[in-house]
Amino acid sequence: MATHDEGPSRRKVLECMTWAGTGVLWTVSGGVPAAVGLIDEAMAQEVKGFTFLQISDSHMGFDKPANPNAKGTLEEAITHVKALPARPAFMIHTGDISHLSKPAEFDDADKIIGDARLDVHYVPGEHDILDEEQGKLYRDRYGRGSRGAGWYSFDADGVHFVGLVNVVDLKAGGLGNLGAEQLAWLKDDLTARAASQPVVVFAHIPLWTVYPNWGWGTQDSEQALALLQRFGSVTVLNGHIHQVMQKVEGNVTFHTARSTAFPQPAPGTAPSPGPMKVPDEKLRTMLGIASVTFKQHEQRLAIVDMPLKS
Amino acid sequence: MSFARVLRTGCAALVLACASATAQAEDAQVTIDNFTFSPQQLTVKAGTKVTWSNRDDIPHTVASPPTFRSKPMDSEDSYSFTFTTPGTYKYFCSLHPHMTGTIVVEAASSAR
Repeated sequence: MATHDEGPSRRKVLECMTWAGTGVLWTVSGGVPAAVGLIDEAMAQEVKGFTFLQISDSHMGFDKPANPNAKGTLEEAITHVKALPARPAFMIHTGDISHLSKPAEFDDADKIIGDARLDVHYVPGEHDILDEEQGKLYRDRYGRGSRGAGWYSFDADGVHFVGLVNVVDLKAGGLGNLGAEQLAWLKDDLTARAASQPVVVFAHIPLWTVYPNWGWGTQDSEQALALLQRFGSVTVLNGHIHQVMQKVEGNVTFHTARSTAFPQPAPGTAPSPGPMKVPDEKLRTMLGIASVTFKQHEQRLAIVDMPLKS
Repeated sequence: MSFARVLRTGCAALVLACASATAQAEDAQVTIDNFTFSPQQLTVKAGTKVTWSNRDDIPHTVASPPTFRSKPMDSEDSYSFTFTTPGTYKYFCSLHPHMTGTIVVEAASSAR
């Protein structure tokens, strides 16, 4: 792979700096996002809360020029997870675990991600349902206890988590799709809940329209968001677009995570959303994972995007 | 479906296949570049074998339910389908549904 001119010591220092915290911390308070500083400053404020990680778009099996070693960069991400000063509660994986839904690709992902020794809650990406039976392989492996194409909910530390599937039964010319059955389930799932309970919704394709020309949106997401409207704190976490984007709309924060495999171009900046080849030394600045922390009683959440290298 | 009907359908397909052979329908190509089918619309005679080739660094499919649905085509993979029945076939990539294309199949007889 890359032959860097930098000496190993300089590289080592840079990597340490990254994980000592040179990423920017976003907080959302009263619906207004603000960068409050660097991760190490924020962590020094003794965060008494509940932290989980988001990992996305591992694409095991991808070996094209944009990153010939997607396995290696996933391993790097997990190495960093293991080195975090505070152990997260669990991980969510927002899909595209594999590149072509091959058993060996899922095996590789399970082996590498399993090394973090954290519970992982998955939702599928469109690359995970390419087997003959359109997702059976995924559901057999990751869908235990889920409904339909693999949707489910659970509670952790007072927060309600909802994993949705928006990559199944896509229509010609359309965007991501939740479908009537899943929306009816979501309505039931949310009905009895207090509006004061924080809700985290995660799905592969963004649940907000990022760029329809590239299919970056979900055609019936408005119906899901309408069901979430009465809740005071809603966080929507997605993958698919292999870059960080954030939007706040009322009580809802939308956020997309980086991939660990390869970057994709910003909307409209390239002829297509295909894998983006960047200089070797830049690749790891465009790959990474995200950490999400809830601080109890503050109704405030912090999302920290952590690149493999800053 | 009765056996007789299966036989009839089979014969019809055979006759159509023979007709297209005499019409010497040429194979046609559609390439996939930058998440786009090219040409986006293609008109062929019945009996033509159309081959899609993926030149992107990401897998694609072509699907026109219930007529055909390819397996995922990785980079440099291809998929072929022979159109025997005249009509307009709209298809899309089931991975990236904003990618759409059309194959118009005309009766082979007009070429005789």
